[in-house]
Amino acid sequence: MEFSINHPVLFVLAGILIAVVLAQSVFFLVKALKRSKALGMDQKKIRKTIKTAAIFTVAPAVAIVISVITLSKKLGLPLPWLRLSVIGSMSYETVAANNALSAMGQSLGSGVALTAQQYVNVLMVMTISIMMGIWLVPAIGKKLQSGMTSLGKRDAKWADIFSNSLFIGMIAAFLGFVFCDISRLWTPSEEYTATSGLVPVAVMLVSAMVMVVCGLLMKKPKFKWLGEYALPLSLIMGMASAIPFTAWLG
Amino acid sequence: MKKNLSYMDSVHRSGRIWNLSVMVLLLAFPLTVAVLFSVSPDWGALGMGLLATAPMYWAVGAIETVTFVPMLGAGGSYLSFVTGNISNLKLPCAINALEQNEVSANSEEGEIISTIAIATSSIVTTVIILIGVICIAPLTPILEAPVLQPAFEQILPALFGGLGVAFVSKNWKIAVAPILLMLVLFIFISAMNSGTVGIMVPVSAVFTIAVARILYKRGVL
Repeated sequence: MEFSINHPVLFVLAGILIAVVLAQSVFFLVKALKRSKALGMDQKKIRKTIKTAAIFTVAPAVAIVISVITLSKKLGLPLPWLRLSVIGSMSYETVAANNALSAMGQSLGSGVALTAQQYVNVLMVMTISIMMGIWLVPAIGKKLQSGMTSLGKRDAKWADIFSNSLFIGMIAAFLGFVFCDISRLWTPSEEYTATSGLVPVAVMLVSAMVMVVCGLLMKKPKFKWLGEYALPLSLIMGMASAIPFTAWLG
Repeated sequence: MKKNLSYMDSVHRSGRIWNLSVMVLLLAFPLTVAVLFSVSPDWGALGMGLLATAPMYWAVGAIETVTFVPMLGAGGSYLSFVTGNISNLKLPCAINALEQNEVSANSEEGEIISTIAIATSSIVTTVIILIGVICIAPLTPILEAPVLQPAFEQILPALFGGLGVAFVSKNWKIAVAPILLMLVLFIFISAMNSGTVGIMVPVSAVFTIAVARILYKRGVL
């Protein structure tokens, strides 16, 4: 077979894998839904949870599509389609692909077409390097979970604080990250404008303010429905605000 | 209680089967391509490429597993570590769902809610990417329009602003110290950027737990 990065066979192979993973998501969704009924959980709330999760996912998923398009220029469509549907993320795949390519004197940015051998190398580096969580969760996930359960039995209040602390820790790290380019204000360079580090901060503030307004409105019975849309709304408004902020500060 | 155990056990059993099967299929993909196009890898370059990539990603993957599993719940973890995009999509989605339903991540209700949120998010993501791949020709000029680029570049600040307000306001006593620490680190250490934020998540989580433990022991919480 003559190799090309967009060979139909590659689409078929990627499609099969993605279908399997889609089946796994459906399997777990159905399983959890059944269990929620057995436990007598409010099905209205469950439907709301599904709706919010679906709406919230749209914008980040579109961002993933953009990553697929970006990577497809060098790697063809099937590979990024697979890698960003199954495990992976833009930053990971870019680094992995670049490391694999530079070992062969190639790069993501170059216009030289990939040979079949180079393609197999990229595939292998990407695949082998990401193989950690996928088997580690089956190996130790149950132990970690039962650790949390026994913590909950010993001291329920502390167990709640413990898991809230994990969430807060993660959010704190990302809030810190938002400010990472602010030092551009006092470290001038020709590569960027001094105020460009303020763009993410301004975007975060807009998103936070939208959330605060939603929170205040939700206290009135008339606006209780906003609860489902608060996070997606603050995400979209924040993203939209990035356009004028970048024009102004970036 | 017995029934409770059996649900969790069955989640772990099916999760193991699914994840290990997907893992085998993923590993089979490069081999199948090699056989179909009758090429063998460039072993030297493969070794170099792996050396530059794998050790770091394995380390990060191991730390992520330990940090994220207690947050994602059992079903959510099996799914998230197969479908990816955890910190920028699956985890915020799960946190928001737990928050909205006012259930604890440690309860069985929490387990069910986070599984439902993460499964829904995975399905929607897969479908949207599929639409994107099918419609790539008409979509590319729209999605790559320069005017829209800033919006997609700033997706993380836009996400964590809203999520931060919702979560920090309810746990502000625990949140003050880690947020201050992360601000100082990210502002004043130039090596801290989008590449290191993943490594800082567990650091920040451990620090937050330590602070919370002290506050809890002193009866502040």
